[in-house]
Amino acid sequence: MDGYIVSSAAPRASKAMQTYCRFLISRIGALAGTVLLGGLLTAVLVRVSPGFLVDERELDPRLSEASRASIEQEHSANRDVLAFYIHRLGRMAMHADLGDSPSLNRPIAQLLRERFPVTLQLMAAGMAGGWTLAFLLALPSVMYRSRLFRGLAGSFHQVLMSLPAAAMAVLVFDWGGPVRALVALVICPRVFEYIRNLLEEAYAQPHIVTARAKGLGDARILLRHVLPSVAPQMLALAGVSVSMAFGAAIPVESLCDLPGIGQLAWKAAMARDLPLLVTITLMVVVMTQACNMVSDWVSFRERQT
Amino acid sequence: MKRPQRLAIIVLAALFVAAILSAVAPANSHARQYRDLPGARPSAAFPLGTDELGRDRLARLLFATRISLVLAPAAALAATLLAVMVGGMAGYFGGFWDKCAVRAIDLMLSLPWLFLLLAARALLPLNAPPIASLIMTYGLLAVLGWAGPARVIRAGTRKLRESDFILQASAGGCGKLRILWRHLIPNLKPILLAQLWTTIPVFILSEANLGLLGLSASEPFPTWGNLLRDLESPFSLQPEGFAPLAVVMLSVACFKLATPAQEYHT
Repeated sequence: MDGYIVSSAAPRASKAMQTYCRFLISRIGALAGTVLLGGLLTAVLVRVSPGFLVDERELDPRLSEASRASIEQEHSANRDVLAFYIHRLGRMAMHADLGDSPSLNRPIAQLLRERFPVTLQLMAAGMAGGWTLAFLLALPSVMYRSRLFRGLAGSFHQVLMSLPAAAMAVLVFDWGGPVRALVALVICPRVFEYIRNLLEEAYAQPHIVTARAKGLGDARILLRHVLPSVAPQMLALAGVSVSMAFGAAIPVESLCDLPGIGQLAWKAAMARDLPLLVTITLMVVVMTQACNMVSDWVSFRERQT
Repeated sequence: MKRPQRLAIIVLAALFVAAILSAVAPANSHARQYRDLPGARPSAAFPLGTDELGRDRLARLLFATRISLVLAPAAALAATLLAVMVGGMAGYFGGFWDKCAVRAIDLMLSLPWLFLLLAARALLPLNAPPIASLIMTYGLLAVLGWAGPARVIRAGTRKLRESDFILQASAGGCGKLRILWRHLIPNLKPILLAQLWTTIPVFILSEANLGLLGLSASEPFPTWGNLLRDLESPFSLQPEGFAPLAVVMLSVACFKLATPAQEYHT
C-alpha cells in the first residue's frame, strides 16, 4: 500500500508542477504582450495628438533656414511612431538606456531614480495605512454585529468615497495635515467593503460559529481562525490596490508638490514629452501587471490546494 | 425600492430641478461680473457671495450642476453602450473576438484610471474654447470608461449564453444577432442599469479631479471641478467656500445609494 502511495505521489507532484509552470508562462506572456501593447498605444496617442512635433523655437524670426531644418531634424526620429517605439525598446533592452526627456533636458533613468523612492514610500504608506484603517473599521461591525459600528463605518466609508481625491489633497495641504496619509484615505473606502464581506463570510463559517459558542476569546478566534482563512483573498486584492495607490499618488503629488513619479507623469503629459510618457506608462503597466500576476498566482494556488 | 434609494432619487431630482429652474428663470447670470462686488460675502442678492471677479457663486454652482447632471449621465450612457458592444459581443461570440476583448480590457484596466485620463486629456488641446473643452472632457470619460463595465457585461453574457432559453432559441433557428438583440440584451438590463448608475459617480469624481488639476473645461465655463479650485484660495476658509464640494459629495453619495442592486455577481 505504502509503495503504491509513493509511486503515485511523484507523478502527481510533477503534474502539479507542470500546471504551475503553464500558469506562470501564460501569465508572463500575457504580461509581456500587455506591456508592449500599452507602450505602443501610448506612443501612437501622443504621436497623433494635435500640436505634436510643433516646436515654438521655429517661430523665432531670427533663425535661418538651416537652423530651422536642424530643429526639424531633431524631431524627425519621432515622426514614425512605430520606428521610434521599436528603436526605443531596442535601446532599453540592449543598453538599459531610457533616453533623455526633451521637456526636462535630463536622462529619464536619472529622473526615475530620483523620484521613484518618493512615490514608493507614498504608495507603501498609503497601502499599509488604507488597509489597516479599512480592517479596523470593518472588524468591530462584523465581530460584534453592532448596528452602531456598522452605521458609523458605513458613513465614514460613504463620505470618503464621495470625496474627490484631488479635493482631499488640497484640503489636507491647505490645513497643514499629513499629506503622506492621503493615499491611505483614498484606498481605505475602496477596500473597506471587500474586507467587510470577507470577514462576514469568515465569521459565518461553522467552525468559527462553534468556536464562539464554546466561548473562545475574540482575539484567539481572529488570530487563529479568521485571519488565516481570509489572508489569501486579502493578498489577492492587495495586488489590485497597487494600481489604486498609484492613481491616488498623481493628484496628491501634483497638488501637494511632492517630487514623485505621479508628479513627473503629470509634467510629462502637460509638456507632451513622448519619451518620458512612454517610459512612465511602460513602468506603470509593468508594475500593475506584475502585482496582478502575484494576486492571480495566490488565487491560483488557493484554488489548486 | 428601499427608503434610502428613494430618498437619494428625490435629492437628485431636487438638485436637477433647481439647476433647470436657474436656467429658465435665472436670478443672476453665471458669467456676469459685478465689478463693484468682488469677493462679496453671502447676502440676500448673492446667497453664496461672489468670486474674485464679482461673479455670483450660486449661479455658477447651479450652472455647473446642470452641466454635470446632464453630461456625466450622458457620458456614462455612451461608455455603457461601448461596453455592451465590446463585452456583450465578446461574451456571446467567444473565441478570437473574446480573447482580443479580454486583452483590451486588461490593458485598459491595468493603467490607473486617473493616469490614463490625465495622459489622454493632456494630449488634446488645452487651450480649446470652453464648449469644446467640455465636450472633450466628457467625451474622453465616455471613450476611456468602458473597460470596467465591459468586463462585468462580458461575464453576464457568458452566463446567459449557457441558459436554456438561449439554447432553445438557437435550436429553433434563431440567428446569432437576433439572439443577441432580442434575448440577450433585454435580459442583461439589470446589469446594464447597475453599470450605468455605477459609472455616473465615477465620472463626476473624475471630472472633479481633472478640474482641480486644471484639465477640465476652460474658463469662464463653470464645472464642479473648476469650482473646486476655489478650495486652493483663502476663500476656502469661509463656510460658503465648501458649497461646491458639498454638492459634489451629495450627488456622488446619492448616485451610489440610488444604484439598483445587480442581479449577477461576477
